[in-house]
Amino acid sequence: MTALSLSARLTALANPKRFLDISTVLLPWTAGASVLLLAAGFYMALFATPPDYQQGETVKIMFVHVPAAWMGMFVYAVMAGASFTGLVFKHPLADMSAKAAAPLGAAFTALALFTGALWGKPMWGTYWVWDARLTSELILLFIYLGYIALWDSIEDPVRAAKATAVLALVGAVNLPIIHFSVDWWNTLHQPASLLREGGPAIHPAFLWPLLTMAVGYNVLFVWLWLLRVRTEIFRRRARSLMLAQGAGQ
Amino acid sequence: MSAFFDMGGYAAFVWPCYAASVMVIGLMTAFSISSHARARAEIRRLEEQAKGGRS
Repeated sequence: MTALSLSARLTALANPKRFLDISTVLLPWTAGASVLLLAAGFYMALFATPPDYQQGETVKIMFVHVPAAWMGMFVYAVMAGASFTGLVFKHPLADMSAKAAAPLGAAFTALALFTGALWGKPMWGTYWVWDARLTSELILLFIYLGYIALWDSIEDPVRAAKATAVLALVGAVNLPIIHFSVDWWNTLHQPASLLREGGPAIHPAFLWPLLTMAVGYNVLFVWLWLLRVRTEIFRRRARSLMLAQGAGQ
Repeated sequence: MSAFFDMGGYAAFVWPCYAASVMVIGLMTAFSISSHARARAEIRRLEEQAKGGRS
């Protein structure tokens, strides 16, 4: 395959009209799958897991805290990837994808911080400490909020896309800091239990509900992300239609 | 049953976490669906208008 035909194919895939067609098919499936997975995940987490031998029933918080924290970072990686694509290839669909993801990532990050505080109080004796993991996670939330505010403050979508993409890429340096903070600095936060050398250090009775919740959150994100990108496409088309009508009068 | 709601004495920490999670999931979904529906209605109206204007 030549480079030209590859880029032609990618362009065809990134065509907004094409995206609307594909997402129309995907929407009901992702909606149904996220409802089923989350229902199963919440059921398993609440009713089918034993108390932890050290943490007691507070371990139930893990099933909502850890997936939310993962999603906060995953969505940021998606947003940074889309921003990079938008900057390099100047494709509006990439810009819209990045913009559409941000509020979802911010919500997951806020949820991770809230549930983390409520887990910290009974286990550490405090809702909050200014250590590396908690602080870098809070910074993640602030970057999301700054990113969203920057989109809203620049009216021209092309200029807004460029400025926000630069912010998203600079802010991406925070992702490895969050991940490795528990190894690099002293912290109350426990180190990674799944993404570690030597495989997951977690009992299967906890692992399966956790993974079900994580996949459920992920599919939920895909569903809502598709919806939000479509919303952006509609809004931009409405904007250009209104500009055209204004010019025609 | 009351033991379940009691969460081994940690009810005040566990239940708010689950309530917040369900609320955030619900709000994200509701906002995304409603703004999608509104934007789609708006673009349909504008396209109808544009068609009507041309004919």
